[in-house]
Amino acid sequence: MPDFGFSLQKDRQIDFDANNKTLLKRVVALEPSFRICIACGTCSATCSAGQFTDFNLRKIVTAVKRGELTDLAEDIEKCMLCGKCQLACPRGVSTRNMVLAIRKGLHELKNGNGTSDHSTPGGKL
Amino acid sequence: MMYDHFVLPFSIGLVFLIVYIVIKFGIWIFRMPQQDIIKFFKGVFSFKLIAAAWEMIRESLLHRNMYKVNRLLGYMHMSFAFGWFLLIAIGNLETRMLSGSEMNPPYYPIFFNFFELQPIAWKYAEAFSFVMDLILLYVLSGFVLVLIKRIRRRFFGMTKATKHRLFDRIAMASLWMIFPFRLLAESFTSGIYHNGSFMTEPLGNLFATFLPLETLAVPAWWAYSIALGFFFITVPFGRYMHIPTELLLIMYRRFGIKPTKKYDVFTEVEVNSCPRCGVCIDKCQISSAAGIHNIQPLYLMSDIRTHKVREEIIQNCLMCGRCQEYCPVGIHTENVRLTQRLSIMDDGLRDFQYIDAAPKQEAEVIYFAGCMTHLTPTIKRAMTQLLDSAGVNYTFIDEDGTICCGRPLMLSGEEESAKKLVKKNADLFMSTGAKILVTSCPICYKVFNEDYPLTMEVLHHTQYLNRLVKEGKLNPLKNGATLVYHDPCDLGRGSKVYQEPRELLLSTASLAEPEFEEKFSVCCGGALGNFQLNYGTREKITSAALSIMLKPEPDKLITACPLCKKTFAKSSSVEVLDVAEWLVRSIPDGNGVKSGVL
Repeated sequence: MPDFGFSLQKDRQIDFDANNKTLLKRVVALEPSFRICIACGTCSATCSAGQFTDFNLRKIVTAVKRGELTDLAEDIEKCMLCGKCQLACPRGVSTRNMVLAIRKGLHELKNGNGTSDHSTPGGKL
Repeated sequence: MMYDHFVLPFSIGLVFLIVYIVIKFGIWIFRMPQQDIIKFFKGVFSFKLIAAAWEMIRESLLHRNMYKVNRLLGYMHMSFAFGWFLLIAIGNLETRMLSGSEMNPPYYPIFFNFFELQPIAWKYAEAFSFVMDLILLYVLSGFVLVLIKRIRRRFFGMTKATKHRLFDRIAMASLWMIFPFRLLAESFTSGIYHNGSFMTEPLGNLFATFLPLETLAVPAWWAYSIALGFFFITVPFGRYMHIPTELLLIMYRRFGIKPTKKYDVFTEVEVNSCPRCGVCIDKCQISSAAGIHNIQPLYLMSDIRTHKVREEIIQNCLMCGRCQEYCPVGIHTENVRLTQRLSIMDDGLRDFQYIDAAPKQEAEVIYFAGCMTHLTPTIKRAMTQLLDSAGVNYTFIDEDGTICCGRPLMLSGEEESAKKLVKKNADLFMSTGAKILVTSCPICYKVFNEDYPLTMEVLHHTQYLNRLVKEGKLNPLKNGATLVYHDPCDLGRGSKVYQEPRELLLSTASLAEPEFEEKFSVCCGGALGNFQLNYGTREKITSAALSIMLKPEPDKLITACPLCKKTFAKSSSVEVLDVAEWLVRSIPDGNGVKSGVL
């Protein structure tokens, strides 16, 4: 690029179309109440894990909705499933199952599992 | 030699069933861990065997637990089980006495009236014939009840009945047919040879007036034998496997063998002992209040047997343990489900390294509020107020926030991840050198008791406060209020703490009794065990539970769990308080009496 004596800022727009919505679809299928989340952040405000770290459920929800999956797998493992967020949520989202659903969806993406297989092996000795 | 081709279906079925059971029981016994095998054989050669035998008679034959659920239901099961047993036992006695031999073919007593056609010159013949008719009548009365139950379930105390698999329905039909076929076969034969008694004789004579009994008698014996043989062959693959398996389960229990959290032999035996009677359906609030009728333990266990377990079913349970209290077989239904959760969950991945070791605090008593109590600050405040005014040397160990106790993770099937939290908390508790750990949350209380390596005494706050009142360190005043106490699942059924909260409340007010309490108490609907129910469905469970709890029209609804309190408070028309909050109000220098809140 020729030197004009000034420079242009790099393109900062987020291209949602390029983002990966597979996880979002899977999470909504596993926990339909995910759709009614308004990302108000009450869950993060009350979170037990959030008192000790930057763990932030609202951030995770937003990332899943945008399809930004980097770091999600590591973040989601910080949840203790204690359930405070579920009681605090003003929208009645089943947040604990939502966390399990995100976790499951991420594992499926990583392992390349199809999304159709609901069945699991029964009791094996 | 006594023989006719029609004995073949019965004999083949019987041999198949016996061989199957011997092999299966062998596998179930020898696949247990070494120490359990030793326990089993020690038990067989001890007095525990007598206790086991008595329980087998009481439950497998007489069906006492079933009788407790509903009298008609109990009678129906007893007439089939005990009646059939008597037919076999007395039939065998008859043939042994008559032939003077122990070595009769097994089908001889079963088809006795076919082989002994002529009136026998034996002094007991008539008496036996009478008794056998009487027992058959007894079994048939159960058959009539079965038919009535098809039409009017509510006579049997049931609103929902099991939806059986096709295979089970075929097996059921073959079982029901056994006894009417026996009646027909014996009556037809009696119509020709007059070897029956008070029931088969007149019935035979009646049939003889309009039926060609000479041609029908043998086919009737064939039908009886085929029904028997077919039933025997269905046993291993359907619900009736519960009949032999429950005997083994009773022995396991009596000999002190216990289930583990993983799917083990004990749990497999429990799963096979489930008769799919359907008692757990009505008792499950997800069925009675939320109208979901396909997730109850019987369906889960049926799915486990056919290896078709679905995650939606495994995870859709409040884990309140109510079904377990009603289960006539005494299956650990909650544990069975947990083993399934454990087997489907990616466990051990959670990482809690971000949690720093908490600063060391020393005190005699630790107060641990728990996550849920942090959401109900009035309970927290009540507790600190009470502990202060009793002059307890305590440290509020999670005052600045808590890490979870680990039970919610255990309930999701993440045992290994939960252990990481257990270790962090246990290290913290042990570092204080305290003698007593008091918590306000029944969920924490249960896990502290069962899974934490603690050397200190673990108490729920209701227990500790009751102790303080008894020691005279807290002096509540009695007032005229009427309360209803709700037993939280994890404190009541889960930890067997029923008395202390009641004693404490009785020292301040009078208690009204709701329809279901103590071990039969209802779940508030907020339970952390469920991952599938949405908010609206949970609300249905809550309001149904509230209508039960508030029926005695109490002044306050009292519970001992922050989660129950928070769940109830949203929909209750009556103020919902924790025991600690109520106690604070009943103490003169607490803010209740003075400010006239009561």
